[in-house]
Amino acid sequence: MSIGHTLLGLLESGPRHGYDLKRAFDEKFGHDKPLHYGQVYSTMSRLLKNGLVEVDGIEAGDGPERKRYAITEAGITDVGRWLASPEKPEPYLTSTLYTKVVLALLTGRDAGDLLDVQRAEHLRMMRALTERKRKGDLADQLICDHALFHLEADLRWLELTTARLGQLAKAVNA
Amino acid sequence: MIPAGSLLVAEGLRKTYGPTTALDDAGFSIHAGETVAVMGPSGSGKSTLLHCLAGIVTPDAGTIHFDGRELSAMSDAERSALRRSEFGFIFQFGQLVPELTCVENVALPLRLTGTKRKDAERRALGWLERLEVDDVAAKRPGEVSGGQGQRVAVARSLVTGPRVVFADEPTGALDSLNGERVMQLLTEAARSANAAVVLVTHEARVAAYSDREIVVRDGRSRDMEHAV
Repeated sequence: MSIGHTLLGLLESGPRHGYDLKRAFDEKFGHDKPLHYGQVYSTMSRLLKNGLVEVDGIEAGDGPERKRYAITEAGITDVGRWLASPEKPEPYLTSTLYTKVVLALLTGRDAGDLLDVQRAEHLRMMRALTERKRKGDLADQLICDHALFHLEADLRWLELTTARLGQLAKAVNA
Repeated sequence: MIPAGSLLVAEGLRKTYGPTTALDDAGFSIHAGETVAVMGPSGSGKSTLLHCLAGIVTPDAGTIHFDGRELSAMSDAERSALRRSEFGFIFQFGQLVPELTCVENVALPLRLTGTKRKDAERRALGWLERLEVDDVAAKRPGEVSGGQGQRVAVARSLVTGPRVVFADEPTGALDSLNGERVMQLLTEAARSANAAVVLVTHEARVAAYSDREIVVRDGRSRDMEHAV
């Protein structure tokens, strides 16, 4: 999963401090794997260098200065591009897809469209495997079947998530 | 706009059943020899779309052209003749006549169009051989397995040399292995006969036998060919 894109997506709803970003990330996506502060700050400095975020303000406190980050136009375009491009179908994609769906809902993009495009990408790979199976020997068939069943599991998840988009939109925007 | 070279094209289809909207501005197109999967959740309108395309159900609005002819402009008799000679059908189950043997079932569409019994059954047996079920030719549907019965149904759908085969969840009642074999045989036979296949399915592994897919959701269709 792209932490950079996820943090950028979270910034779309308004500027945040690094600490707030980490908290929002952990709350929404980091259930079993919270971000380290170091990851947040190294990611933000990379995004800053690439012009995808800018420093919106600096607060001086007792400790180190706290920077508030805002997403730039280039950053918004970058998030949009990431959300619109399907993931390469491979096992255990769910956390990236889940992140994309939630971010699409949070930023007012079409999550149904994202899921449709991902389904098409999965089916494209399933067609290639089916064709290989058709022409191959038994070993080919067994290897392809294993991959096909995994892709099918992803697709079932995509279908179920599509059916639950309304419910999910309410939950993430609550 | 109608895609060039399409054999069967539908545009702006609408269909309601009482308060329920089954199709809402749905479209579709298929070329000769192409297999197109129609996917979508239960109740999305995919079976209604298939029934409209096959001339079984008349849409409330929209147009369907088969080989340049508009279905709604035909009489019932013309549409029935079209279904008998140009279209083939495969459903999930319950489609074979239980009193007839398998070879008689496959020969039935030919008999209905006036082919003599001997000739019809000879051609039917040829199709049963292609579908690898000629050994059940003399048995009745109740005496064969689900997978064999579905291969008999595939043979029957192709026996008249149709230009379009409509398959509604053709493997829905079969286990994985039998379902895959039926899909392989169906798509290979249809491709070699240059027949188009409209394949309604909610199973991705079945849809993977198609050349492309359209998705139906809430009565609207989306062609995914250029989506990625």
